[in-house]
Amino acid sequence: MDLFFTMLVPCLMLAVAAAGLFRRVDVWGAVTDGARTGLKVSLSIMPPLVGLLTAVYMLRASGALDLLREALSPVLTAIGIPPETVPLLLVRPVSGSAALGVGAELIGTYGPDSLIGRTAAVMLGSTETTFYTIAVYFGAARIGKTRYAVPAALCADAVGFLAAAWAVRLIFGG
Amino acid sequence: MAMSVIWTVMVGAAVLCGLATGNGPAVAKGALDGAAAGVELCLSTMGVMCLWTGVMEVMRRCGIADGLSRLLRPVLRRLYPGYAGDRRVMDAVSANLSANLLGLGNAATPLGLEAARLMAEGSGGTASDGLCMLVVCNTASLQLIPTTVASVRAAAGSADPFDILPAVWLASVLSVAVGIAAAKLFSRVWR
Repeated sequence: MDLFFTMLVPCLMLAVAAAGLFRRVDVWGAVTDGARTGLKVSLSIMPPLVGLLTAVYMLRASGALDLLREALSPVLTAIGIPPETVPLLLVRPVSGSAALGVGAELIGTYGPDSLIGRTAAVMLGSTETTFYTIAVYFGAARIGKTRYAVPAALCADAVGFLAAAWAVRLIFGG
Repeated sequence: MAMSVIWTVMVGAAVLCGLATGNGPAVAKGALDGAAAGVELCLSTMGVMCLWTGVMEVMRRCGIADGLSRLLRPVLRRLYPGYAGDRRVMDAVSANLSANLLGLGNAATPLGLEAARLMAEGSGGTASDGLCMLVVCNTASLQLIPTTVASVRAAAGSADPFDILPAVWLASVLSVAVGIAAAKLFSRVWR
């Protein structure tokens, strides 16, 4: 089973390339064009990452994150979420690049293969930038009365965070 | 604007808390380290990001996204009963979902916004049940392979950056299921 997930990505690359050749798609041209797009996307998230990681590192050094963690620790521990992930829970629904910065900081500090590092990664991978998405969609559709969209989306987020913490514990132990 | 306030509050809290706890010099050093870490994170994840956008471009040109969106249509008719007969809406909604599943974020958003605009036509500024469902589904993460997170893990030296896949799928499925259930439930009571 482990091998399946480890080999999924390289096998997917092979399958996609083979399907492309079979359909007479210029596979090499698509790979390089796509990578060029990726380069642009990467560069475009660098300025917000610099600004946000600066603020996150300052917050961590100031001891403010420790205070926040201690304050919320009893509640979060009771429901099974590692308290260290508090900053991630707070910024995730608001800003994608802030969440990436905070998550990367947690993954780097505690280690990518630690319980906290994995939980942060799964939280990032299984939730979205809820408020930003809501603003963009209802803005584009010129909708003022959003009815139950916000509470329903927040229910999904809350379950996403809880399930991320539980799934990591279930699969990796700890 | 929201980000301006958030950023100012973060920096303000760091400076005030640093002064109060005597961690001022550490805060000053943190600012410099953080800025450098932003560039390092970006550079160290850039390779994997480019590889994936490359693989995704091949998928797109193969028509894999179109095939997937045809497969999804019967399920989506049940999820959006109010628009099951509207071909333009169902086209946009299924293309949006298939792009989301494949992680084609740049393609998913315009398709989703197109669907949202079509659903909002003649609604007088009030969100329909279908539009609420569309928004809830787009605020949940449906990406099958979370490449950005995997590239961050790889950059941090993970032994197997993709070993979180089953956990991500489990958490995503639960989160989306609760989002859909909440939307369906609220739609009966919330007018």
